[in-house]
This record gives sequence, structure tokens and C-alpha cells, in this order.
Amino acid sequence: MTKDVVKEKSMIIQKEMITRIFKDLSTAKETGKKVVYTFVPGNISELILSFDMLPVYPEINALQSGMRKKSGGFILDAEKHGHSEDVCTYVKCDVGMMINGNIGPTGEKIPDPDLLLLSYTGCFTFMKWFETLERLYPGVPVALLHTPYQEGHKITPEMTSYMVKQLKEEVIPKMEKVSGNKYSEEKLKMQLVNSSKVEDYIIKIFDTTKHRPSPIDAYFAGVYYIGPINIGFRGTPGAVTYYEELYKEILLRIEKGLGPITPEGVIEEERFRLVVEGPPNWTHFREFWKLFYDMGAVIVASSYTKVGGVYDMGFRVNPDKPLESLAKYCMNCYTNLSLQQRVELLSKCITEYHADGFLVNSIKSCNSFSAGQLMIMQQLEKQLEIPVGFIESDLVDPRYFSYSNIKNRLESFFQMLEQRKYILKK
Amino acid sequence: MDSLAEIIRKCEELAFDLKFTRAKEWKSLDKTRVLVGHMPIYIPREVVHAANGLAIGILGGGDKKLIIKGDAYYQSYICHMPRSILELVMDGHFEGFDGFIFPSICDVIRNLSGMFQLLGKGRFIKYLDLPQNFKRHIGGEFYKQELQQILEEIYKINGVKVTPERLRHSILLFNKNRRLTEQIYNIRQEFPWRMTAADLYHIVRAGYVIPVEEHNEILENVIRLIQEERGDPLDKIRVMVIGAFCEQPPVGLIRTIEMAGCYIVEDDFLMGARWIQGDIDPAGTDPLSDICNAYLEKSTFSSSVYDVDNPKEDRMIKLMTDRKADGIIFAAPSFCDPALLDHPILQKACNDKNIRFISFLYSENTGQFKVIKEQVGTFSDSIKLWEEPVLFGNKE
Repeated sequence: MTKDVVKEKSMIIQKEMITRIFKDLSTAKETGKKVVYTFVPGNISELILSFDMLPVYPEINALQSGMRKKSGGFILDAEKHGHSEDVCTYVKCDVGMMINGNIGPTGEKIPDPDLLLLSYTGCFTFMKWFETLERLYPGVPVALLHTPYQEGHKITPEMTSYMVKQLKEEVIPKMEKVSGNKYSEEKLKMQLVNSSKVEDYIIKIFDTTKHRPSPIDAYFAGVYYIGPINIGFRGTPGAVTYYEELYKEILLRIEKGLGPITPEGVIEEERFRLVVEGPPNWTHFREFWKLFYDMGAVIVASSYTKVGGVYDMGFRVNPDKPLESLAKYCMNCYTNLSLQQRVELLSKCITEYHADGFLVNSIKSCNSFSAGQLMIMQQLEKQLEIPVGFIESDLVDPRYFSYSNIKNRLESFFQMLEQRKYILKK
Repeated sequence: MDSLAEIIRKCEELAFDLKFTRAKEWKSLDKTRVLVGHMPIYIPREVVHAANGLAIGILGGGDKKLIIKGDAYYQSYICHMPRSILELVMDGHFEGFDGFIFPSICDVIRNLSGMFQLLGKGRFIKYLDLPQNFKRHIGGEFYKQELQQILEEIYKINGVKVTPERLRHSILLFNKNRRLTEQIYNIRQEFPWRMTAADLYHIVRAGYVIPVEEHNEILENVIRLIQEERGDPLDKIRVMVIGAFCEQPPVGLIRTIEMAGCYIVEDDFLMGARWIQGDIDPAGTDPLSDICNAYLEKSTFSSSVYDVDNPKEDRMIKLMTDRKADGIIFAAPSFCDPALLDHPILQKACNDKNIRFISFLYSENTGQFKVIKEQVGTFSDSIKLWEEPVLFGNKE
């Protein structure tokens, strides 16, 4: 492991972007900018930005709280206010953060919402979450965008039409009222041109894991790579610049034959290539990642990096059909796919990125991912005859991260992969 | 004529017949008949009925089915019912079923639909995306297309063309079913000692697995019998039980609540049977739209329905007031996100209105009720012995 970690230009750009958006949010009340709370999957940031409003993503705040070791206290506070131990910890972390003054990850206060945009895609709990928020912010208007599930493994014209109608008759009028601005299709189209470019870059970036060694880790580093499009920069020129720069850096790494960058430097020997299903644990993110890179395990694809949009199957936004594009984008997010589609997508990743194994990180409080994961695992094992592994943790509840338990399971899994490689070589 | 005890015994047998014998017998009498299993909470059974089908409520194995294989498909932190449903699948209980409908109530049921698809069960699997937009020309239109898909799937199996007349006939039968069920609840509200909540549960649940025509007959007989005085009133408090709408509580738990000093005068155990509040228009020119409109405009409150313009806590308190209940018991299945995420909202409303409540969790196969009995008993005593009637003054 190379110990010198030099911040690459894309990392600096991303840091500046994050600082800027939280600064904008902290001064929103002074600048008169309206604030919209919404979710990452199916985040129609282009539309929000076209009204010159600022998006806030409660899951991002929750995961940031997790990484900053604050979520445990927030969750306990929410539980003291009647929330069950059994439910989604993102919700509880968010509620706890509000109880404690709604201070965001940069230490600045996150402003109260002017609009709650419940664009609920692939997660039923989102709806419950916003019912809770609606009562915590009484009087704030709620715009609901119901995203139909891809139960028939495809998007039908009826599904798209339902969503477009909701956008036209529910979401846009509320945004006009709250922002005081008229809807501008031209402005939205311009944003979507940028989104389309970004979507191309994202595919190119995550496709680089085909190389050996893979120049990136598509899970632990991948969550940083999808940051800008998932925290409010979809459709912005800044996002295009970021992804352009990131892609250049990755191409350079390929040229030099370098492996992924980790918090402790570059992985020098790629021993195992894995595809991972499920979100990561945020409360012990570094320790969790280290368990992999210490063993030379590189994640060549992950479902989690597709939670804010799936572009692998050919979908791109079409600026000429802006509202239809937003609708299809929402319906294409990973957790809005049927289980069969998930199996097909993961199977494609395992095959195309030449994975040695498939691993599930099952999250205690996320039924949207977790329910059905064991069957997905069985299907992939059967279809591809690939070794599968299973670990459990939680999103932001530190009580459910057991380091030694995960380490034991991973070590056994890696031993199995090693043994298999040996046998296959023989 | 059967006695009430005999009717209840039959209903209990039907309700927990995990082989679905009566439904399969019904199907065997006509080649165009189809069986369509559906998960909780609600589907418009009228649509299946009109297509010469029988919609069978699938409510899991309860405490009647040992789970071995089902556990292999679910992590420990996922609710119990889907694993018992898979156990029933693996053991062939649904042989002869033609299709399955999964209404959109939570992520677990949604993903269970995908598991059925991967297992290749039934000739069709339909995830029924109940609209969360309640405008007729937006959510209503989408919902109608969803229902048309169900009709198309059944048509592919039995070739039965659903006409407006057929639909209107089905609407009439289910309107009657809901009215009769409501009538029993109303009688029990006034005279809860005439029939236990567990008995009522068996009667309503039987309706999930037999033709509506037969169930209506049962309900009419029950109404006739409980209109006469029977049993002795006991010094119990009156409670509403909330949170048990999907994974069903074991009947032992319902009995425990009543044995611990409560009359359950309202509940959401089998709320699919009572989902539409009032009648669906039985005489409209477009009956499929009438079914859709009833969902949009006459649905009860529920954890699975977006409620922002119609707060569920207000509706809960109104229902409690109407039923003259003394308190609320929040009983929800472990790991049920929709029910448990509602609890802080509903319980805050109780606190604001000074309504007494208690809360506990269960799973469909919970076998020990001692702790719950003590908790409910203490709750009942605290209201009976120490509290002045708070809201309704219905204490003697």
C-alpha cells in the first residue's frame, strides 16, 4: 500500500462544491432562496434548480451524521420521542438531527424547508418519512410525486403518462407558488443537456473497472463519485466539469497501471474483484473499507452507486422531452427495479467486470434493499456459479456494526475465493 | 338453522384452513373459475369476482405453520408474515391458484412480488400500484389501467369478458358484504358481550377465503343471532386496537386483550374487508371507474396511504369517538415500518387529546401472552379504577 495520499483535482472540486452548497443553504433565508427537501433516488434536482431553489436531501444529512459519529446520539433522541428500534435509521437520524437544531455536516444550520417534495422512488419508507416531516414543519406545502414500480420489468407509456401528469399538475404548480417563478421548459432543457453529459461520464467512469487492475473502487470510492449528482448538482455545469476531470484522472491511472486510491494510498495488488449489493455502513465507513483493501479486495461494481439512477441499461435523459425524461429517470432508479431486473443487472456486472465473487451487505433498517436479497444471492449463485458472501450491518445506527463479526465472515469469504482461484488455476 | 356457536366454529375452520379447501372446491365446479391470491391490505375484490374469480386473502401462516424453509429467504430483521407465506408456497398450499396480487403497501410486500416472479408461481403476478395521487384524472386514471391489467390477465386464463353488468353485480355483492360487516361492528359496539372480538375475527376472516355470496349469508345469520340478547355484560373498558392491518396477530393475542379486561370495539385487523367506507356506486355507467373513485375518495385511513391532506390522527380520533372507546391499544408487528413509523404521529395525537393508550409488538406466531396480559390488565385497571371518564363519559 502506498502511504502517500495526494488529493486529486476532482476531489478538490468536489469538496468546493459541497462547501458551496451548504454555504448557500446556510444563507438561504438571507438571500431569499427557497429550500426544497427531497430524496436521492428519483431526485429531480434539475427541476428544483430551474426554479432557482435549493435542494436538501435528508438521507445525505443522515449519512454525513453517520460518518461524523453523530448519528448514534440522534437516533437515541428520536427513540426517546417514540420512534421504534425496528424502523429505518435514516428517518430516526434525521428526526434526531432536527431535535438537536438541524445542524448540517459543515457545522452550519440547515434551513427549514419551504417545500417538501416527496418524490418517492423505490422506497415506501420515504412516504412515511415525509409524513413525519410534514408534522414537524406544519404548514409547509407537500408536493407528491408517486413513482410507479417496474413490476413488469419495464416502463410502460401509462406509467410515464401518470408521472408527467403529476409533474404538470401537482409538482410544477407548487414549485411556481413557492418560488414565485414561472416554469421554464427552456431552462429545464438546458439543465438536462448537462445531466445527459454527466450520465455518459458516469457510465464511462464505472466501466473502467473492466481494466486489470481496476483503477477505481466502485463501492467505497464509488459513493464519493456519485456524490455530486446526488447532492444537488444534477444538471449543473459544475457537475459536468467534475465528472470530466474525474474521468481524465481515471484514464491516467489506467495508463500508469494503478489500482484504486484508498484512505491509506493506492492498492498495489488486486487480489479479489467483487460485486457488492446493498448500501455501505456509514458509521464505520473507514474501518469497513479497510477490511477490504487490506485484503486486496476491490469492488468492481455495486448496486448502491445506482440508487440515484441506473444508466447501465441504456437510459439517458432526453432534453427534448424534459418531463418524460424526469419521469423515466425516477422510474429507472435501482430500488425501483423489479427483483428480476436487479438480478439481471448484477449478473451483467459480475460477468462484464470479471468479478471473482458477489457479496451482500444487508442493511438492518432498509427493507427496500434487504427484503429479497437472499433470493437475489441464491439466483446469482445458481446462474453464474459464483461464490457469494453475506454480511450484515446498518446505515447509520452504530449499534448494528459488529467489526469482529464482519471481519470473520469476510475472512472466510476471501479464503473461499482464494481457494477457488487455486482450484481453477489447477 | 345453525346456532351462533356452530357458525363461529365453521368460520374458524374456514379462516385457518391453510389448504384453502373451500376455494379449491368452488373452483373445481367450473372450468372458467379462477383463484387469485392477494396479499394485505386491500384489493378491489369486485374486479376479480366480475371475472369469474375468487380473490383469496393470503394472510400468512399465523401460529398454525412451522417455519423452516421460509426463514432461509429472510434476514432476522424482516417481519414474519412473508416468511410464512413463502413456507406456504414451498409446501404447495397455493397449488391451483391462478394468479397473485400484491398491493403496494410496503417494500417487503413489493419485493415479495418479485420473489414470486423469480419462483415462477402462478400464471400471473401483479404488483398493484395503488395510486398515491387522489385526483380522478391523474391517480384515478392510472389506477383504472392497473385494474384493467388484472382483468386482461384473468381473461387470458379463462376467456371471461367482464361487462359493466357483471361488474355492477359484483359491486352490489361487496357493498352488501361491507354493510353487513359494519352492522356487526355496530351491534358489537353497543353490546360487545354478545360476541367476542376473536369470534368476530373468525367471521370476517372466513370471508377472505370463500365466495362473497356465501359470506353474505353467514353475516346475515350472525346479525340475526346477535340482535338477541346473549351473554352477560362485564365491567371491562372499551378499546380500539390499531397497527395490526397486515401481519395478523395470533387469535390468542386478541383473546388475551379481551380476557385482560377490555372489549375490543374497533380494530384494523382485517381492514381490507372494510377498506371502502360506504357503498361503491352500484348503478354507474362506468363501474370500473366507480371502483377506482371509491378507492380515491372513500378509503379508510391507513399506514400505507399518503395522508397529507387528511391527517390520519384526526381520523383515528374521530373513529375512537364514534365507537365510544376508552383507550387505544397500539399493537403492531415487529419490524413493520409503516405501522411503527405512524406510532409517534398517532401517539402524539393521543397525548394532545389526553387519550389513554398502550403499545406493544407481536409477530404472527407469538406464543406467550403473559406479559401482554399484564400490560393490558394494568391499562384496563388504570382506566376503570383510577381515571375519571376522559372523553366520552361512558362509564357507569
